[in-house]
Amino acid sequence: MKYESSLKRAQGLGSSKSSVHHWLIQRITAIALIPLGLWFVGFFLLLITSSYEEAHAAFLSPWTVTLAVSFVIALFYHASLGMQVIWEDYVPYGLTRWALIMGTHLFCFFLAILSIISILKIFLT
Amino acid sequence: MLSAPEDIKRPLSPHLQIYKPQITSVLSILHRGTGIVLFGGSILWCFWFVSLTAGIDSYYQLQEFLLSPLGLLILLGWSFSFFYHLCNGIRHLLWDIGIGYEIATVRKTGWTVIFSSILLTGITWAMGFMKWKGLL
Repeated sequence: MKYESSLKRAQGLGSSKSSVHHWLIQRITAIALIPLGLWFVGFFLLLITSSYEEAHAAFLSPWTVTLAVSFVIALFYHASLGMQVIWEDYVPYGLTRWALIMGTHLFCFFLAILSIISILKIFLT
Repeated sequence: MLSAPEDIKRPLSPHLQIYKPQITSVLSILHRGTGIVLFGGSILWCFWFVSLTAGIDSYYQLQEFLLSPLGLLILLGWSFSFFYHLCNGIRHLLWDIGIGYEIATVRKTGWTVIFSSILLTGITWAMGFMKWKGLL
């Protein structure tokens, strides 16, 4: 059964005007985090008992750095989308809710940049 | 954004405390709970990356904390949350493509998620301890 007019169906934007963007990005980052998360657990497991020099040496491989940066991007994107849904579920409409969602997004954005800069600093120096 | 008038006290629908816990609801709540734990963990990973660049002292300070009883407890909680969220996330992705909606299947995949996340956490810790003690 169709609930939309042909025009609305063609535009495919729904009532929120942003369509399935949030939903889709949450799934894409989730799929990316399956291999990246498992890789990070193994990587961290090897390094947590390592010396400072060994840990630094691990970040000199471009493969490791690519995986680590990809992990950080997928992780913080997924985290901020997930936290947004939680705020939307429990905090009623209003300024507080808006501030919590914006604050979470900006916080995740900042931590992602900080992580990436740190990783690149070890790689490049 | 619309805002509801403040002076109207609307009735609330019955929430968690009313319902009997079932595997479906408990696992759904756990997915959100572990998601929040992993959000906290992401802050820790950021700290870890920063500690690597902040010099040798900060690196060993964080390492010492993570290998202390409290740190290991945090890592244990994080690792179980990670494997649970991973396994149940795969279950969610399968639902998204229309697989596994029969109630018997939902229960079966639910128990699979519980057992695999405990198993994967156990394997990870066994490997971690072997590496720590120089056996691997």
